[in-house]
Amino acid sequence: MARTNRKVPALNASSMADISFLLLTFFLLVSNMDVDSGLARRLPPPPQTEEQTTVDVQRRNLLVVLVNAQNETMAQNQQGSEWYSSTEELRGSGGKTPLKDKVKEFVLNVSNSAELPELTEEDFGAPIGTVPVTSQHVISIQNDATTSYKTYIAVQNEVVRAYNELREEGARKYFNTSYEELTDEQQKQINDLYPQRISEAEPKNYGGK
Amino acid sequence: MPALNTASMPDLVFAILFFFMVTTTMRSETLMVKMKLPTASEVQKLEKKSLVTYINIGPPMEARLGTGTQMQLNDRFAQVSEIQDYIAQEKASMNEADQPLMTVSIKADEETRMQYITDVKQALRQAYALKISYSARQGGN
Repeated sequence: MARTNRKVPALNASSMADISFLLLTFFLLVSNMDVDSGLARRLPPPPQTEEQTTVDVQRRNLLVVLVNAQNETMAQNQQGSEWYSSTEELRGSGGKTPLKDKVKEFVLNVSNSAELPELTEEDFGAPIGTVPVTSQHVISIQNDATTSYKTYIAVQNEVVRAYNELREEGARKYFNTSYEELTDEQQKQINDLYPQRISEAEPKNYGGK
Repeated sequence: MPALNTASMPDLVFAILFFFMVTTTMRSETLMVKMKLPTASEVQKLEKKSLVTYINIGPPMEARLGTGTQMQLNDRFAQVSEIQDYIAQEKASMNEADQPLMTVSIKADEETRMQYITDVKQALRQAYALKISYSARQGGN
């Protein structure tokens, strides 16, 4: 028969690339690689009984950061208080001491002042060794009912920034490298040295509705 | 000059295509609230999407629903009192080993009043979802 020897015509596949490019662009546009990012916090467990469990904290160990209904911030400890009327001032504009420096001074207590948290000697293992730290300090962030979330996050951010800078300085001092480049073990040592002790207080309502 | 052989181009493109098909995660929920996340400079990335539960807070997209703050859990509006059930549900759908690692990402509009956030936080405490993250955009400053 005549048909037995007939060649199968080659399929023209040159448009295949076009089609797959089309699909590729579709998926390129649709996919979102961005991961969610944010400020990580740990909430205290719910109170076991009806009455609140209050922990006594010595006055000198406490730095109260208050954000009021007008989105103004006050940082107060035994040394005195600092008033910030806007988030720009929190970062140090207008001749104010930035909140992060205030927090750092508070956490470190380099001068062993009686108005800043008490220093206790603790062993953190080599190469840090035994150093005095303010292991009892607490930074209490308090807010009002009508405080805006934006300001609250700005304040949180400044406090976290202070801790991050402390950890970076610690890494430079003890490991001679940046915090990012430390091993998990070493990062943990530094984290133990400067633990984030931020308390999110029970809400207060003094600003009125 | 001989013509460049492009016969393997479709194969290459297909390889990239499959990569994107596999890695892409389509938005499973449509946002029903408007939100402009606050900016922060010290944000950390949330790894492992499967461990993260989202709570969206902001004014509703649809104008007829007003401008009051609403909360969206999954695909519907919810009250703060429903958070506990929602968290319990999300926890139950997780691997048992992963349950303690669950993180709740609070994605709230920057104009939200703290009263609302505080209520949400208290509800999360009651539900024992203690790892939270205030979602924020990486911003300069």
